[in-house]
Amino acid sequence: MKNTQSPKAATATAIDLFLTFAKVGLFTFGGGYAMISLIENTCVEKKAWITHDEMMDVTVIAESTPGPIAINCATYVGYKQKGFAGALIATLGMVLPSFLIIFLISMFLDNFLEIKWIANAFMGIKIAVGILIFDAAIKMIRKMQKKPIPMAIMACSAVAMFLINFYALGFSSIMLMLVAAIVSLSIFAIKGAAK
Amino acid sequence: MIYLELLAGFLKVGLFAFGGAYGAIPLIRDVVLSYGWISDEMLTYMIAVSESTPGPIMVNLATYVGSSQAGILGALVATTAVVLPSFIIILVIMVLLKKILKNPWTQAILRGLKPCMIGIILATGAFMILRNGTTDMTAIIMTEGLAAAYFGSRLVTKKGMSPIGLIGLSAVAGIIVYSL
Repeated sequence: MKNTQSPKAATATAIDLFLTFAKVGLFTFGGGYAMISLIENTCVEKKAWITHDEMMDVTVIAESTPGPIAINCATYVGYKQKGFAGALIATLGMVLPSFLIIFLISMFLDNFLEIKWIANAFMGIKIAVGILIFDAAIKMIRKMQKKPIPMAIMACSAVAMFLINFYALGFSSIMLMLVAAIVSLSIFAIKGAAK
Repeated sequence: MIYLELLAGFLKVGLFAFGGAYGAIPLIRDVVLSYGWISDEMLTYMIAVSESTPGPIMVNLATYVGSSQAGILGALVATTAVVLPSFIIILVIMVLLKKILKNPWTQAILRGLKPCMIGIILATGAFMILRNGTTDMTAIIMTEGLAAAYFGSRLVTKKGMSPIGLIGLSAVAGIIVYSL
């Protein structure tokens, strides 16, 4: 059906997709949920590319799948609009601004850090980063269902990960996640069998 | 070969990073340190830079690590690798398997993965605070001051200080404290 559109209109939409997501990529700091509200504002309210319900769907899917939430949204909206090419264009638009900015920074960061006061600033920033990560975890725990099994998995993973970090053990966080997935699957299977 | 390593490393990150930006940080740290690409300290700096520049944090980190290891081509490889898994997964879900997420077995796996990820983030945050914030008396005072300002700001305004606000404050504090 989409093929019946004139090629000119199709190109315009592709450019629109690209520019819209490039704008989202350029103007959202801190990632994650800040982006969702901007994407909702642009794609649902201004452009009507997807409905509010679909936006809710994307959010749920994004939370259940790995990867940056903004990428998940861009891929979803792009695919809805123009199929595979649309998904590719929207995702590219999303990534391009930060790619260019970070690439530029990467060429100069080492030189910047040789300047004394910038190095001092980063000494302070180093401390802030730990606080931010810790705070992100606290916020997630607050939103978690306070049931015994998830809380136990969370607590065991936290202790295990801390020990891995502290003693620099050669056990990766991915292995830890696989163990947690297997434990959870086993509990589900045992519960099913018990019924 | 560095390009293959970057590809493999960041595919892993993209595939396992549940829980948004902060979910990716422990994984990226794990991968980056195990390959010995950049130091833990440099990575911490880059997390702050990624937080203060636009775009998804894990994309920013992938671009930086790729670029630092193998120039623009490395940046392209790492960035593509970190994005590819979620791109493919969303397409697959939309095209073929809309019900896969509702499947009870998928749900059981996610019920294990999500709390584990939260635990990993918690431990990584706690470890970073302990390592960077307790090296000497100055660091301890900085940590307590920044934490008090960050969490205390929520008592004053509803939303409290933003992450970028805290990074800005910590930079100013760093300049003042360490330059004197």
